[in-house]
Amino acid sequence: MNGDIILEMKGITKEFPGVKALDNVTFQVKKGEIHALVGENGAGKSTLMKVLSGVYPYGTYNGDIIINGKVQTFKTIKDSEKARVAIIYQELALIKEMSICENIFLGNEKNKNGIINWDISFSETTKILKEVKMNANPSTKILNLGVGEQQLVEIAKAIAKNADILILDEPTAALTETEADNLLNILKELKAKGVTCIYISHRLKELFQIADRMTILRDGKTVCTEERKDLTEDKLIAKMVGRELTQIYPKKQRTAQEVVFEVKNWTVYDPSIDEKVNHNINFVAKKGEILGIAGLMGAGRTELAMSIFGVWGRITSGEIFLNGKKLKLKGAKDAISAGISLLSEDRKRYGLVLNQDIKSNISLSSLEKISKFYVINKNEEIKSSNEYSKSLKIKTPSIEQKVCNLSGGNQQKVVIAKWLMTKPKVLILDEPTRGIDVGAKFEIYNIMNELVDNGVCVIMISSDLPEILGMSDRILVMHEGVFNKELLREEATQEKIMYYATGGV
Amino acid sequence: MENEKENKFFSFIQKSIKENIRQSTMIIALLAIWLIFTFLTNFIFISPRNLSNLFLQSATIAILACGMTLVLVAGHLDLSVGSVAGFIGAIAAVLQVKLNMPTIPTILLAMIVGGMVGVWHGYWVAHKQIPAFIVTLASMIAFRGAILGITGGQTIGPMKDSFKAIGQDYLPSFLYRITPKLDQFGNAIKDSYGDVVTGWVSIFGGKFYETNQPPFNDISLIFALIFIALFIFFQIKKRQSRIKYGFKVLPLNFEILKIVLLSVVIALFFSIMIFDKGIPYAILLVIGLTLLFSFISNNTPFGRHLYAIGGNAEAAKLSGINIKQRLMSLFVIMGVMTAIAGVVFTSRLNAATTSAGQNFELDAIAAAIIGGTSTMGGVGTIFGSIIGALVMASLDNGMSLMNLDVTYQYIIKGLILLLAVWADIATRKKA
Repeated sequence: MNGDIILEMKGITKEFPGVKALDNVTFQVKKGEIHALVGENGAGKSTLMKVLSGVYPYGTYNGDIIINGKVQTFKTIKDSEKARVAIIYQELALIKEMSICENIFLGNEKNKNGIINWDISFSETTKILKEVKMNANPSTKILNLGVGEQQLVEIAKAIAKNADILILDEPTAALTETEADNLLNILKELKAKGVTCIYISHRLKELFQIADRMTILRDGKTVCTEERKDLTEDKLIAKMVGRELTQIYPKKQRTAQEVVFEVKNWTVYDPSIDEKVNHNINFVAKKGEILGIAGLMGAGRTELAMSIFGVWGRITSGEIFLNGKKLKLKGAKDAISAGISLLSEDRKRYGLVLNQDIKSNISLSSLEKISKFYVINKNEEIKSSNEYSKSLKIKTPSIEQKVCNLSGGNQQKVVIAKWLMTKPKVLILDEPTRGIDVGAKFEIYNIMNELVDNGVCVIMISSDLPEILGMSDRILVMHEGVFNKELLREEATQEKIMYYATGGV
Repeated sequence: MENEKENKFFSFIQKSIKENIRQSTMIIALLAIWLIFTFLTNFIFISPRNLSNLFLQSATIAILACGMTLVLVAGHLDLSVGSVAGFIGAIAAVLQVKLNMPTIPTILLAMIVGGMVGVWHGYWVAHKQIPAFIVTLASMIAFRGAILGITGGQTIGPMKDSFKAIGQDYLPSFLYRITPKLDQFGNAIKDSYGDVVTGWVSIFGGKFYETNQPPFNDISLIFALIFIALFIFFQIKKRQSRIKYGFKVLPLNFEILKIVLLSVVIALFFSIMIFDKGIPYAILLVIGLTLLFSFISNNTPFGRHLYAIGGNAEAAKLSGINIKQRLMSLFVIMGVMTAIAGVVFTSRLNAATTSAGQNFELDAIAAAIIGGTSTMGGVGTIFGSIIGALVMASLDNGMSLMNLDVTYQYIIKGLILLLAVWADIATRKKA
């Protein structure tokens, strides 16, 4: 690797009304390296990258961006693309109804005099798809691709722009381990071809797999830039949060009590095709335990949770018992009033009304409870949401703040608060810490422990194996729609879970 | 000390404007339009008679805008309200003129028909998942045909007097039945200070009239006073309740100032009508419906669920909201509101015509949007839409007073709509 500095950001300061998001940040990237940018949510990583890519135009921030020794003044994303910087956002920016080919050349259509040459477009797409090891027809629509493949199309799109500097913001957040590994390999190949990568991720393990150097941000300031070999996970976490986390998983010793929740002969069909996603499932959850549900993505865990909660599109068969009583749930409303709550895996899509304030989001599922003769007691609403906001330590100046202005961890806490306000007996958490920084994760784990102590039965679905091992008392491993194995916490290891999750017997 | 107090006062004003920036800009815009027309029409525009008329003209659109706001907030749209209002007006006219039906059963039947149209829309939108745009576009076309069928292409009228009263008559005056003439002194006062001041001073003993009787509508005055008293009562009650819950409240002197200022605004609004012919029944209806719908949208689970559905339907569903049932209720409410608007409009015209209700849907949607309702759903207030309806009516009224060519009237109205949305987006970016 040659040691040339390809990109330098000097003294970057960016202010939003009331907040200094970036405070004199310095950031240097060498040519051809994979440079990880790490920090908790809200540390300023995404803001820094938006400054670099021209989303925040020149003049709205202080400081200099220097690429290949030249000071850059990006006014739009187009300008940064001209300087061969390409960014892939956390949320995929593909157009679902368009084909792979159309998406890859969106905005840079291969045209002559305004008429698109589809032959060239298709052949180029095929070539680029090969580079990202994707075996798909360029005319396939995006909506027919899995999340992992969509992520690859995003990378292909960046390659099509001949980017020298590729910025990836949480590219693996929604991917399975295999998909993520595949993506990391592609990045390594790109690096071999001389592409420089700036890589943002909360998955520390990945960073140590591929990063050459890491820059750590905390509270909008640069903490340091280090070679990977000089860092360990513990050191990195300590630098990110500014304190030593003694234990990532605050596991408590508990003894499970009586069975509270029981699911019998549960069968779920796919909503679009006539295929079973869950077949004849039986399980129990006990008071005073956290039941972990592990498995690969697509194993049918989310479908199980959604169907129990009554929001799965298709007819299901089977029985649910709560405290020995059989439940008939026709929809989320029935489930909630019976005492079952579901924190869904995608908080922005299924959990929050982003343009409303914290208060309205917290009270959304409990409005009837705080109403008398169909009239909401607004003072009660403010009081309760304030209490939950404080006890869950949601970081905000007021509960009137719109949810879209909060960081991921705080947004997740708002969703948790919404469900706590319904006073659930059984709380199903589907990927409760996805895309959330270490500090907020720790707080959410503590909330889970507290709930269990208060007699709530917690069921946690997670793809994060250390999390499953660290928090669950009992682990059910799902493979292709059925529970393949039940493991007690003492006997469970990552290897065992993976073995059963991939179909071992 | 004095200075510090003043600073505190200004920061309070600043804060309350900032918090209600959307509504403040709307009110300022409305007042600006009024001011411009006042000068352009040589002060005819601002006279109580004209403003009274203006309120009355805006009634139909204001009623429709109440319902339309909720529909837009839930992320939907109703293009059929114009045709359906015309259709229901035609039914009412047929019932009264051809079948000699009394007024109250006619109105009830009209509302039931409106509700049934709502069920029809709700069925297709909520249960068959057909976009409301298409369902109501179909109704817009179909009901225009139904009007022709019912009226046979003829204008049907006149209506019974009691029916006509809804859109044309005023609260009766109990004591003073004649409109007295001003004496010389009274005329001088009126010329320098205007009708409203003259009226108020005469109530408190000013003798400006030849007959010694002040020209005001006493029932309307009593109504206005009760209204203001209730307003003050509820403000105080709200404050006490907040104190009981241990929330922050405004310092007492600011609170009093706020209540006094708002009471004065309400009093001014009513004075315009008290010193003309009295409060029209249609305006009473609009006031009642505005309060009711504001309450529904802010203080009931139903209203809040609509905001959630418009903001994020999937999250709303997973939060236990029965979307189908909510949408069904929403369209039934919209149908009933359309019926009420149809009744008011027919009563004002004193007849049903084949073209009745044309473009009402666009005016109602424009009023809601000018008032800050988002076409994307999840955002909007009833109060804003009422202001929007007033803006639309003021433009119509003012430009007619100026005798402006209809060509320009349409062009200007269209541009104002665009301008309003642009101003909305620009202020939101800043806030």
